Amino acid sequence: MNAQSAKADIPSPLGLLAELTHRCPLACPYCSNSLALEDRQNELDTSIWNRVFHEAAAMGVLHVHLSGGEPASRRDLTDIVAAAHAAGLYTNLITSSIGLGFERLRQMKALGLDHIQLSLQDVDATSADRIAGYRGSHAAKIAFAQSVVELGFAFTVNAVIHSANISRVTEMMELAASLGAGRVEIAHAQYYGWALPNRRALMPTREQVARAMRDVEEVYPRYEGRMLIDLVVPDYYARRPKPCVGGWGQRSLNVTPSGRVLPCHAAETIPGLQFWSVHDHALEAIWAESPAFQTFRGTEWMLEPCRSCALRDSDFGGCRCQALAIAGDARATDPACELSPHHSLMNRIAETDSALAESDYIYRGRRRRADATPM
Amino acid sequence: MQERVSPRLPEYPRLAAGVRLQFDGRRGLWVLLGPERIIETEGPASEILQRCDGSRTVEQIVDELARLYAADRDEIANDVTEMLSELVMKRMLVG
Repeated sequence: MNAQSAKADIPSPLGLLAELTHRCPLACPYCSNSLALEDRQNELDTSIWNRVFHEAAAMGVLHVHLSGGEPASRRDLTDIVAAAHAAGLYTNLITSSIGLGFERLRQMKALGLDHIQLSLQDVDATSADRIAGYRGSHAAKIAFAQSVVELGFAFTVNAVIHSANISRVTEMMELAASLGAGRVEIAHAQYYGWALPNRRALMPTREQVARAMRDVEEVYPRYEGRMLIDLVVPDYYARRPKPCVGGWGQRSLNVTPSGRVLPCHAAETIPGLQFWSVHDHALEAIWAESPAFQTFRGTEWMLEPCRSCALRDSDFGGCRCQALAIAGDARATDPACELSPHHSLMNRIAETDSALAESDYIYRGRRRRADATPM
Repeated sequence: MQERVSPRLPEYPRLAAGVRLQFDGRRGLWVLLGPERIIETEGPASEILQRCDGSRTVEQIVDELARLYAADRDEIANDVTEMLSELVMKRMLVG
């Protein structure tokens, strides 16, 4: 399948996450963006994104996820959509809907936008707006969903799950269905980016997680054939790690607003990795040769117990950023794995953090805690 | 939108909104693309999908495939029905 790859052992990527901007009206405390948000003046312009999309398609990328921050914060979003579509990519817009009016949505439909993914924070406006740090966001999203359906888009609702909404997973799926979503993602918070410093405020208890998993299982058959339900399972109470991003440098790549190319959202938290920029190199060269992609690609870098593990080619040792955050070494086994010597530490962190039930968020991109700033 | 969960086949099957079939030159095969979904298809599967354009009935698709592969019609009918049912359940095919 990869006979045409530049190097035989390097697969062609399937997905490109384009972080068009880090600007966002919302301030969700689990945002996957890096803590050091990038400035507007460093953002790639339309023509560079156009080149990146064409390079991506030529190297085998099929899906582009137009994300942020909030992509609608860019005035040239419709041009970006048109460029991605013209490159032959399947275009997915990941949005909060804030700042995205009907007319721009209609234009993007005409320009070939394939799919819209809308985030919902909760089922009731008070809680949802508090999580997003933005009054009126929930009502705006509900209205936006109607426009999405009216225009005939394929439509996914994404719900990040954490202690403040985990008891309403069933209601979230029901809300998604009632809004006309063909697919819903129930995504348990992943503790990197802004979620890591907010772990005490976000971490559910083991019992809450077990119950939420049962809720999804119960609801699943009800929507069979009508709405797809995809589950991103929680790590901290797991026994096995997720194959993070489908394996480092195996399936996907991220381009940040200023053009640095990363193997995953959080890769910049790992010290010593060298990231290349689309300003200096072609995307295919970055994928195949840049030190950041080569460092953890394949299995050569692994330590025990991963190195001799039968699952090493399927779970790739889990998440490098989580290994760094918990085990203190990015080469270590993801502590979500019960074979990791740090597995019990991870369980203890989850139990301790969830028991603290911290109620104040460190809002993404804002300086003060919730109690210090009026929403 | 369908009211029933039943995977009954649409009369004139076509790809659902947000689903595309395209040739992947890099990999040399047809790919069916949907939200967070990539299905690689070759041979008969891609021939079936290329005919799901809303202009043909399932019966016509079966006839065309049976001619194309000079194969037993019942066998082809089974394959087509099975594949299309699965895609209906995955919400990738409508009618």
